[in-house]
Amino acid sequence: MTTALRFDPLRLPPRCQELRREVREFLAEEIANGVFDPDNPESGSANADAFARRVGERGWIGMTWPKKYGGGERSFLERYVVTEEMCVARAPTRRFFVVDRQSGPTLIRYGSEAIRQSILPRAVRGELCFCIGMSEPGSGSDLFAVQSRATRTEGGWLLNGSKIWTSNAHQADYMIGLFRTAPPTKENRRHGLTSFLIDMKTPGIVCNRIGMMTGHRDFNEVAFTDVFIPDDHVIGEIDGAWKQATSELAYERSGPERFLETYGALAGVTRLAGTEPDVRVAAGLGQLTAQLHALRRMSVSVAGMLEQGREPVVEAAIVKDLGTLWEQALPQRARELSALIPLADDDGWREQFGQRLSYYLKAAPKLTIQGGTTEVLRGIIARGLGLR
Amino acid sequence: MADTDSFIVDMADRMFADLADLQTIILSRSDAWKQRLWAELEQTGLTRAWVPEALGGAGAPLDEAFGVLRAAGRAALAAPLAETMLAGWLLAQADMAAPAGPMTVVPAAPDAAPLRMDAEGRLSGSARTIPFGAQAGHFAVLAHGPDGMAVALVRAADAKVAPGSGLGGDPANTVSFTAVEPVQFAPVDIAIEDLMLMGAVVRAQQIAGALETMLALSVRYAMDRVAFEKPISKFQAVQHNLARLGGEVAAAVAVAASAADTVSETGVRGDAALLEAASARIRASEAAGTGSAIAHQVHGAIGFTDEHVLHRLTLRALGWRDDFGNETWWSVRLGQFVATGGDQRLWPLLASR
Ligand SMILES: Cc1cc2nc3c(=O)[nH]c(=O)nc-3n(C[C@H](O)[C@H](O)[C@H](O)COP(=O)(O)OP(=O)(O)OC[C@H]3O[C@@H](n4cnc5c(N)ncnc54)[C@H](O)[C@@H]3O)c2cc1C
Repeated sequence: MTTALRFDPLRLPPRCQELRREVREFLAEEIANGVFDPDNPESGSANADAFARRVGERGWIGMTWPKKYGGGERSFLERYVVTEEMCVARAPTRRFFVVDRQSGPTLIRYGSEAIRQSILPRAVRGELCFCIGMSEPGSGSDLFAVQSRATRTEGGWLLNGSKIWTSNAHQADYMIGLFRTAPPTKENRRHGLTSFLIDMKTPGIVCNRIGMMTGHRDFNEVAFTDVFIPDDHVIGEIDGAWKQATSELAYERSGPERFLETYGALAGVTRLAGTEPDVRVAAGLGQLTAQLHALRRMSVSVAGMLEQGREPVVEAAIVKDLGTLWEQALPQRARELSALIPLADDDGWREQFGQRLSYYLKAAPKLTIQGGTTEVLRGIIARGLGLR
Repeated sequence: MADTDSFIVDMADRMFADLADLQTIILSRSDAWKQRLWAELEQTGLTRAWVPEALGGAGAPLDEAFGVLRAAGRAALAAPLAETMLAGWLLAQADMAAPAGPMTVVPAAPDAAPLRMDAEGRLSGSARTIPFGAQAGHFAVLAHGPDGMAVALVRAADAKVAPGSGLGGDPANTVSFTAVEPVQFAPVDIAIEDLMLMGAVVRAQQIAGALETMLALSVRYAMDRVAFEKPISKFQAVQHNLARLGGEVAAAVAVAASAADTVSETGVRGDAALLEAASARIRASEAAGTGSAIAHQVHGAIGFTDEHVLHRLTLRALGWRDDFGNETWWSVRLGQFVATGGDQRLWPLLASR
């Protein structure tokens, strides 16, 4: 039956819970030292660099990677624990989470040995920030419409064109970018795209920052003018980048960051509610808790399947679809519940909570767009169900 | 444990397909299938799955029996298998053996007026919406005795059972006792909420199973049904509806399996059991609502007919939300628990699972 969806009730092994204690102690120390504020989703970016290095020292970047590249050869489940604790604490992970989750595994799978040797150990130490160069003004959901091109030159390639919405490009050391190396064929419109590892300091690259509705400026337009990329920086098959996409996406889609981004809204309204809330508030908290628990159980289950070497593509897309919609709705629901909670005498938290909520409400729209929209995910699920 | 790996669950799936096929039941327009099915259920020991071997039962592992209940959900089984298993479980908590024949548990709602047992063991009181009350030979009653909670095994013939049925069409009855002498009774260390919790997990498994079949039927129908000269599965709106149904099925399956596993490992007491069981009840019930609506929408008018199998699944899934505390009751319960712990304890609770 094509429709059988499998979510075994996986439990994290004891060593994971031990690791969790270590991560919590580490984060508590960072918070005590003023590195970031767990109650403030906007704090910590000034310290992100140094924070990344300390996380690297602990061995928590590239945890699953081979030891010969500086990795820890630990399990996906251990990595899962580190990731979720960092999400919930709102630790400033922006310097390393892209390389840890996506770019590193891509290089391990498709990069040349020389590239792996030179890049990965530094990434593990928290020294390298990566960005993802996929979207373009004319190519978002439809990645196969990418027009920026790479043309052959002596010893390598020349890149021209521009990428857009590239998060943190202005701070990144490297990009893994998708460029057109040949026109699509009649039989296969996915043909003709190639991935490159791009040193962001290469001459010819200009990052123009773009403001976001949250007030932050993570977005960039990245313009390429005759940017030289040596041959051994091709990642994977020339013209065949589309073959590389699917397996990693399962990992990217189903992690705890796909439903915990606005967790602070739930914690915040729980704090506001006090120990004896009105029955409507209690019902709301219970419902949100149950939904979050269900998402986490699904996500852990997918992590377990990945650990076993399976490729739960549909299950992962489902986790992201449900998870992002839930985290998107959460600030609104927390807002509604907070209106039912009577004002207390000592209500300093209410004001702070209001500010946090504003941030979450501003951030909410992106959650179902970044990394593949709701509609794109549903297309993937439908394909998995045999409908397409 | 993955219930798809279980021999017992495979056997149950096959038995239900042979003896309780939904289309066959509808076309036969008679209840004759029920006797054959029940005889087979008793013969295989499934009805006594949660009665330990020492008490004459099958003593199946708890989690495998939960897998059988999901299979029963897949078949929208209109027989008191879950209720008999639950009654066997309750009796076993008081070291009591289970009689042959169908049983059910009393009460089946958390806020019911208490049933009282006097010093001689005589039972009084009444309870509403007892599932399969009218088909049970015996009741396993959880009552307030003179020195705490007690379990009583009562012959159905000794109680007054009012006619009635639930949303899915299966019996749901008010059962009354007036100084009824039980066949047997014993004190027990089980609170009403413990029974509700076990029942809630049972129902979550059944709902998850029913949703699995709704998805399979809906996908198949969408590929067969032609409109505007193509299979409706080619319309993106239909694909996205089915993708959402897939998500609801996935959520129900995951949360119910996790709760079943928890109760099997650690029993019905403790913070983890409360989080897991309440969440399973709440999330699976939501999935039943959303999922049934999508399954009907995809099927169009044919799914609204009495001859189509869909309503047997959707109405049972919707009805199963109500026994042993509905999702709203459990939301309040879980929310109060979360509030008592405060925001600092919430994440550690979730992460402990
Ligand atoms: C906060 C944030 C960070 C991002 N970071 C990066 C980054 O670092 N690197 C990067 O490369 N990109 C990044 N992106 C871009 C992101 O990947 C794209 O926004 C996304 O893939 C959607 O593309 P689009 O914005 O062009 O929308 P479009 O593809 O134009 O879609 C617009 C709408 O049409 C719908 N739609 C499109 N096609 C279909 C279809 N076939 N069927 C049904 N509906 C359809 C979409 O679902 C959406 O609702 C980021 C985006 C955000 C919001």
